Amino acid sequence: MDTSTTNIPSPSHGDHAHSHDDSRNTVMGFWLYLMSDCLIFSVLFATFGVLAANTAGGPDGRDLFKLSYVAGETLILLITSFTFGMAMIQMHAGAKSKVILWLAITAAFGAAFIAMEIYEFAELLHEGAGPGRSAFLSAYFVLVGTHGLHVTAGLMWLITMIHQTMTYGLDGIVRRRLACLSLFWHFLDLVWICVFTFVYLRGML
Amino acid sequence: MFGKLTWDAIPWHDPIIMITGAIVAFGGLVLLGLITYFGKWKYLWTEWLTSVDHKKIGAMYFIMGLIMLLRGFADAIMMRTQQAMAANDAAGYLPPHHYDQIFTAHGVIMIFFVATPFILGLMNVIVPLQIGARDVAFPFVNSLSFWLSAVGAALVMVSMFVGDFAATGWVAYPPLSELGYSPTVGVDYYIWSLQISGIGTTLTGINFIVTILRMRAPSMKLMQMPVFTWTALITNILIVAVFPVLTATLALLAADRYLDMHFFTNELGGNAMMYINLIWIWGHPEVYILILPCFGAFSEIIATFSRKPLFGYASMVYATSSIGVLSFFVWLHHFFTMGSGANVNAFFGIMTTIISIPTGVKLFNWLFTMYRGRIRFHSTVLWTIGFMVTFAVGGMTGVLLAIPGADFVLHNSLFLVAHFHNVIIGGVVFGCLAGMTFWFPKVFGFTLNEFWGKVSFWCWLVGYWLAFTPLYILGFRGMTRRMNHYDIPGWQPYLVVALVGAIIIGMGILALIIQLVVSIRDREKNRDLTGDPWDARSLEWSTTSPAPFYNFAHVPEITSLEQHWDDKISGRAGVKPLHYEDIHMPRNTAAGVLISGFSLILCFALVWHMWAIALISLAATIGTFIHRSYNRDVDYWVPAAEVARLESNRYPEKQEA
Amino acid sequence: MNKTLRLIVAGTCVPLLLSLSGCTVELLDPKGQIGMQEKDLILIALGVMLLVVIPVIILTLFFAWKYRESNTSATYAPTWAHSNRIEIVIWAIPCLIVLGLAGLIWVSTHQLDPYRPIASKTPPLEVQVVALNWKWLFIYPEYGIATVNQLEIPVDRPVAFKLTAESIMNSFFIPQLGSQVYAMAGMQTQLHLIANHEGIYPGRSAAFSGPGFSDMHFDTITVSPQAFSAWVAQAQSSPVVLDDKTYAALAAPSIQTQPTVYGRVSPGLFLSVVNHYMPARSMAGMDDKDNDLFMSEASMCGPSKSSEDKN
Repeated sequence: MDTSTTNIPSPSHGDHAHSHDDSRNTVMGFWLYLMSDCLIFSVLFATFGVLAANTAGGPDGRDLFKLSYVAGETLILLITSFTFGMAMIQMHAGAKSKVILWLAITAAFGAAFIAMEIYEFAELLHEGAGPGRSAFLSAYFVLVGTHGLHVTAGLMWLITMIHQTMTYGLDGIVRRRLACLSLFWHFLDLVWICVFTFVYLRGML
Repeated sequence: MFGKLTWDAIPWHDPIIMITGAIVAFGGLVLLGLITYFGKWKYLWTEWLTSVDHKKIGAMYFIMGLIMLLRGFADAIMMRTQQAMAANDAAGYLPPHHYDQIFTAHGVIMIFFVATPFILGLMNVIVPLQIGARDVAFPFVNSLSFWLSAVGAALVMVSMFVGDFAATGWVAYPPLSELGYSPTVGVDYYIWSLQISGIGTTLTGINFIVTILRMRAPSMKLMQMPVFTWTALITNILIVAVFPVLTATLALLAADRYLDMHFFTNELGGNAMMYINLIWIWGHPEVYILILPCFGAFSEIIATFSRKPLFGYASMVYATSSIGVLSFFVWLHHFFTMGSGANVNAFFGIMTTIISIPTGVKLFNWLFTMYRGRIRFHSTVLWTIGFMVTFAVGGMTGVLLAIPGADFVLHNSLFLVAHFHNVIIGGVVFGCLAGMTFWFPKVFGFTLNEFWGKVSFWCWLVGYWLAFTPLYILGFRGMTRRMNHYDIPGWQPYLVVALVGAIIIGMGILALIIQLVVSIRDREKNRDLTGDPWDARSLEWSTTSPAPFYNFAHVPEITSLEQHWDDKISGRAGVKPLHYEDIHMPRNTAAGVLISGFSLILCFALVWHMWAIALISLAATIGTFIHRSYNRDVDYWVPAAEVARLESNRYPEKQEA
Repeated sequence: MNKTLRLIVAGTCVPLLLSLSGCTVELLDPKGQIGMQEKDLILIALGVMLLVVIPVIILTLFFAWKYRESNTSATYAPTWAHSNRIEIVIWAIPCLIVLGLAGLIWVSTHQLDPYRPIASKTPPLEVQVVALNWKWLFIYPEYGIATVNQLEIPVDRPVAFKLTAESIMNSFFIPQLGSQVYAMAGMQTQLHLIANHEGIYPGRSAAFSGPGFSDMHFDTITVSPQAFSAWVAQAQSSPVVLDDKTYAALAAPSIQTQPTVYGRVSPGLFLSVVNHYMPARSMAGMDDKDNDLFMSEASMCGPSKSSEDKN
C-alpha cells in the first residue's frame, strides 16, 4: 500500500461539505473530553468533601479564606465568560478584528485571575498553610490548583487562537477551534462556580 | 541536572537483571542493525511509525502487546519458580524486594500493556471496517494514543534496568505506596507509566465513541451494527467514564509523593480508604473494558464458523449494555473485609451477582448459535469453545467471591488469583488470540498457520488448568497471595504443579511465535485472495484482504444486520462497481511520535526529579502540539482514477479465487 | 471434543489427587462456628451455581460435537437466530439463580458480619490486635498481658478482636476459624471469631504489606479454659513489660520476630496506637465509644479519621 503516489494536496473541491461534517465530529469529541475532565473534577470535589474536615489541628477555611478577595476573582472570571461570548458573536458576524479584540480582553482578564490565584496561594504558603500542612489543605490546593492549571492551559490556547485568527482569518478550522475553546472556557467558569460554592462559601459557614 | 539519577540506579549487582538487560540490549541492537542493513528505516517511518491508518495502528498495538506478553510471562514464570522453591520458609532464589517488584510488574504489564493494547488493537482494526468507515474520527489522535501507550510500556521496561519498579502490588495501595514506605523511584515509574498510557486510552475512548456514533455508513442504524462494534461502543463509553478517575487518583498519589501532600497518608488527616475506593471505581469497570470486546470477537467467530447468524442479537446488545451500567455499582466487592456494614456489603454483593445474569445470557446465546449449525473446528472456534468452558467456571468462582460471607475467607487468597486469571486468560487472552487469528488476513492479506494455532490453543488451555486449579485449591487451604515464601510444606506440591502448568502456557506462547514466523514465511501460500477467507457475515469481509488504506472504494449501503452475508446470498457481493469517486483521506503525521517521545523524556525526568529536563520536555511536548495545530495540510484526496487503478489490480484476483 | 473434556478432567484431577493424598483442606475443615457457617455458605452457593454451570459446559461440548460440519445428519437451520421461548428461558434461569443467591447473600452477610458479636453464655475474650511491620501484637486488656506472633485463646469462648495497624495496612486472617478483617493505621476495626476445637491453627496477614509480609504468620493456640487460665497466670509472671518505650522498639520494622510474651502492658496502649496519627488537639474527648461508632460506619467512601468530622 504505497500511499505516497497519491499524495495530492486537498483541493477546494467538496471541501465545504467535508469540513462541515468534520467540525461536528470535533465538537462531539470535545464534549466527550469535557465530560471526562468533568469526572476528574468530580473526583477532586469528592476528595475535598471527604477531607474537608481533616485539618489535623491546622487552620481551616474560616481561618484562611478571604471571601471578598475570592468574590473578586469570581467576578473577573465571570467577566471573561461574557467577553468570550462577545468574541463568539463577532465570530458569527465574521468580524475578524473584533474577534481578536474580545479574545485579547478575555486573555487579559484570564491572566488577571491567574495572577490573583497565585497571589492567594503565595499568601497561604507564607502563613504556613501550604498543601503539606493537612489533608484539608492538600485537597484545597489540588482542587483549586487543577482549575488554575486548566485556566492556564486555556490562556495558552487563547493566545494561539488569537494568532491563528490573525494568520488564517475566520476560516472553518479556526471557527471550529474557537467553538471548542469557547466550550472549554465556559466549562471552566462553571467549575469555578462550584469551587466558589463548595470550597469557599461552604468553608466560611 | 540529573536529579536523583546516579550510576547506582543501575542494578549492577543483580545478575538476573543484568543478563536480561544484556539480552534485551543485544536483541535491540540486532533489530536496529537489521533495519539499517535492509534499509528499512524510511519504510518503517513513513508506512508504520507515522501512520494514521487505523489498521496499522491496530497491528502496532498487537505487536506491542505481544512483546509485553513475553515480559509479563517471564515475570510469571519467575514467580511460579520462586513459590515452587520457597517452602518451609526457604529463601528461594528471589529476595522479597525483587520478588515484590516482579508480581507488581506482572500485574501492571498484563493489564495495561498486554490486555489493553490487544483490546485497543482489535477495536482499531475492526471497528471502522465493520461500520463502513474510511478511518476513525480523529486519525492523528489515534496515532497519538498509541504512542502514549507505548511510552507507558517503555517506562515500565526502563524501570527494570534504571532504578526499580513499584513493589506494592498492581493497584499500589497506600500507605505502602507512600514515600515513607516506598522511598525508591519504583512507585514513581508506576505512576507515570500508568498516567501516560491512561491518557492515551482515554483519548482512544473518545475517538471511538465519535467514530461509532458518527462515522457509520450513512444508512447503518445502531441496531444494524455488528455485535463486536456494539461491545466496542460500550467499552469505550466505560473507558471515558472511568479512566479519568484513574488519572485523578494517581495524580493525588503523585501529589502525596512529590509535593508532600496528605491525601492518602496516615499522617495529618490523610485517608487511605479513599484511594482504595477510587482505584476500584476505575478498576472494576476496567475488567469489563477488557472482556466486552472479547465477547464481541467470540460472537463474530462463533456465528461465522457455525454458518448461522448469532442467536439473540438484541439480547446480546442489551446484555452488553446492562453489563456496562452494572459495572459501576460493584467496586466495593474488592474490599468487603474493610469493615463496611452488613447492609453495604450485602448490597454490593447482590449487585455483583446481578452482573452474572447478562453474562450468563451471553453464554447461552453462543450455545444456541452453535445449535443447529455446521461448525468448522477452526483454531478460532477452539479458542471460543475453550473460552466458554473455562469462563463458565471463572464466572462461577467470581460469583462465589461476590458473596461477602465467602469472600471473608477467600479474599486475597490464591483462590482469588485463580479466579481472575480464569476470566482474564480464559476470556481476554483467548478472545484476543482468537480475534488476532480471525482478523489477521484483513490487515496482512494472508491467513495464519492453523497447525501451530491449534498447538498454541491446546497448550494454553491445558497449561491454564494445570497452573490455576492448584491455586484454587490452595485458596481453600488458606494460602494468601503475594507470598515470597511460606511456612507450610503441604502447599509445595500444588505450587510445583502450577509451575508445570505455567511452563505449558509458555509452550503455548512459543507456539504462537512459531505460528507467526511460519505464517510469514509461508505467506504466499496462504494469501487470502477472496477478502473473505472464512465465509463470514459482516462488512469487513466485503473488502479485499489486506483492506486498502481507504477501506472501501464505495461507502457501503446498509440494509440488514448481516450485510455481507445477505449480499453474498443475493449475488450483490464482489461485483465490480461501474465508476469510482475521489476519496478523502488523512495524511500521515510524525506529531504523535514526537509528542510521545518528548513525554517519555518528561516522565523519565519526573521519575528522577530532573526538574530542568522535565520543564524543557514539557515545553517541547506542548510546543509540538501547538506546532501541529498550524499544520493545515492534514488530509488529501485520492483521485477516482487512482482508486480505479488500485481496485482494478484486485478484481481479477478476486474473480480467480 | 472428547479430548477437551479429557484434558480438563486430567488437569483438574491431578491436584485433587494430590490434595487427597496430603492433609486437610483448611477451609473445608473449619474449627469454629464462623468458619463452619462460611464453609456451608460456600458449598451451598457452589452447589446452586453448579446446577447451571455443569449443564452449560456439557451442552457446549455436546453441541460442538453434534453440530460439527462433518455430521451432515444433524439438523442445520442456517437462518434460525431467534426464539422468544428460548430467550425467555435463558434470561429466566440466571435470574432465578441470582434471586436465590441474593437472598442467601442478604441473610448470610448479616449473620456473618464480622462486627456482630457471637451469642454465647461465656462473655467474650477481648483481644486487641496491632499489625506491626512485620509481626502481630496481641494485647489481652482483661489480663494486662500481650504476645507477639502467638495467639493463645480458650476453646468455645467467643473472641472479640479489635484491630489496628501501626502503619501499613494488613489483613488479619486465621483460615480455620473464618473471617478476616483489615487492620488499618489510625482506625479500629472489629472481628468476632470462636474456636470450637482445641488445636493449633496458623494465622497470617492476607494483605500485602511490604518486604516482611510473608513472615507475618503466627500460631493460634486453642486450649481448654483451664489451660488458658494457667497460661495467663504464667504469662503474667513474665518480667517483660510492654510500655511506650518497649512498644517503640517493637514497632521498628523487623522480620521473623520470635513469639514473645509480655507480663504487663501499659493500659491504653492500643488506643494510643489507634490515635497516634491524630494531632494532639483533636484527641481530647475521643473515647472508645466514639471510636466504635465511627468505625461501624467506615464504609464505602471512608469517613475521615479525625474526630473533627463530627463538626
